[in-house]
Amino acid sequence: MIEILTEPLAYAFMQRGMLASVMVGILCAVVGCYVVLRGMAYLGDAMSHAILPGVAIAYLLQGEILIGALVAAIIVALGIGFLTRRGSIKEDTAIGILFAATLSLGVALISVIKTYALDLTHILFGNVLGVSEMDLFLIALLSAGVLLTIALLYKELLVVSFDPVLAATLRLPTELLKDVLLILIAIVVVVSLQTVGVGLVAAMLVTPAATAYLLTRRLPAMMLVAATLGALASVIGLYLSYYFNIVSGAAVVLTATGFFFLAYLFAPQRGLLWHSWRRQSRANAPASKK
Amino acid sequence: MTPAHLQVNHLTVRYNRRAPPALADVTFAVTEGLRVAVVGPNGAGKSTLFKALVGLLPTQTGEILIHDVPFGAHQECVAYVPQREQVDWRFPVNAQDVVMMGRYGALGWLRRPSKRDHEIVKRCLEQMDIAALAERSIDELSGGQQQRVFLARALAQEPHILLMDEPFTGVDITTQEATLALLDKLKTQRVTLIVSTHDLNLAAAHFDRVLLLNRRIVAYAEPAIALTTENLLRAFGARAMFGEAKMMVDECCPSEEFDALEQSEA
Repeated sequence: MIEILTEPLAYAFMQRGMLASVMVGILCAVVGCYVVLRGMAYLGDAMSHAILPGVAIAYLLQGEILIGALVAAIIVALGIGFLTRRGSIKEDTAIGILFAATLSLGVALISVIKTYALDLTHILFGNVLGVSEMDLFLIALLSAGVLLTIALLYKELLVVSFDPVLAATLRLPTELLKDVLLILIAIVVVVSLQTVGVGLVAAMLVTPAATAYLLTRRLPAMMLVAATLGALASVIGLYLSYYFNIVSGAAVVLTATGFFFLAYLFAPQRGLLWHSWRRQSRANAPASKK
Repeated sequence: MTPAHLQVNHLTVRYNRRAPPALADVTFAVTEGLRVAVVGPNGAGKSTLFKALVGLLPTQTGEILIHDVPFGAHQECVAYVPQREQVDWRFPVNAQDVVMMGRYGALGWLRRPSKRDHEIVKRCLEQMDIAALAERSIDELSGGQQQRVFLARALAQEPHILLMDEPFTGVDITTQEATLALLDKLKTQRVTLIVSTHDLNLAAAHFDRVLLLNRRIVAYAEPAIALTTENLLRAFGARAMFGEAKMMVDECCPSEEFDALEQSEA
């Protein structure tokens, strides 16, 4: 029985893949809490596609692909912030415009590079088994940076997410904080490139955080539960991928989705069953005033 | 900690260059510790005035002086209690967390709440009579309790000037009484209060001044002087010209009630 768990870990590439997945799972989940609470799921999805031209250009210049992706993601993040700042364009419109534009630019660039050796499916769905030690180091470094920023700006990000008007009256730089959050999401998307790919990052941002939202009542607890679920989904997903030959990113996302539906059904107070049970007990009990 | 003296000079706010201004040439002064009720029909610019006073609107024509200093130097002493709809009440925070947010301005970057901040939060919760709900998730609170959480948060900011946007609308009697008790208490602490309300009786009974507003100031005086039928017609009757005669009838009833009340009191 134990061998089922240890066997895959005998390979160095599996160890690296596992480590990378767990780190990305935790990182996505924690940042994802803000994505869920602020309703930025669409933005996360857009951002993940927006890094495509960065990847193509980095490849053309024979530079580090992660760096190219990071630059592209940050440009798009700040571009969305800039377009919506003056209030003349709604955020989802700005995202829609930039999302399509960058995706097209990426596809155009890739189609120009006729000898595009880099496997597009690896960008779209990740290549967790191809994680190098350098990748691992970069992922660890960026993860530490993002988590540290979230810890240090905890109260500022909390108040700007919960009540932007209060944040403004407290003289917090609300626009700057919004940009910081966009940049954090950009970094997370880039870090996830290797493990789940751009096609599935949005799921890793949203699903564990949404699951945790159903199970908890306070933000720190929500982040902790989300991180645990993210890590757990990554580990279980990778084992499933190993034994059943499923694309790893898809296996991880499907596992996380499984957690979500369990919580959606069974979560105390917010779950579906809880609601129907309460409705029933209320119907049975004599009517009482609220 | 000197109480606030608020001076608004020729404040004009326009949201759109082609539209008439939301506020036109508004000039008034509030001496320290005064309680001012801002009364006017919907769209009279009450919320706009409040937003300008807390600095949520970009600089427009006119000036706002607090403690005789131009707006910008003393902002931390202004607290704002918005209408409840402004925030997402399903956000994963409890009542205590929300009140603690009032301390963030004084705390500054990278600092965690101290023991003193926790004590202030506890005291503010007690003052609003919701200490027992401190650990309660905010989505489990009733509308009135949510409002009291907002009031406690404003108290935690230890403001010199407190602005409340429609605190008496759509809340239960307990909350209304808690709010009124708070107004009295803050009066003794020389906190300047500016409160918008639809309730003319309340404005007359609990406030030192009434600011009758309809894009410009119709009247600014003690309730008995400001709330005359003529002034009320000038403030609320203007709506009739926009084809909302029905509104005018609706809004006139409380004023008649008020007149009757005033006469019986006199």
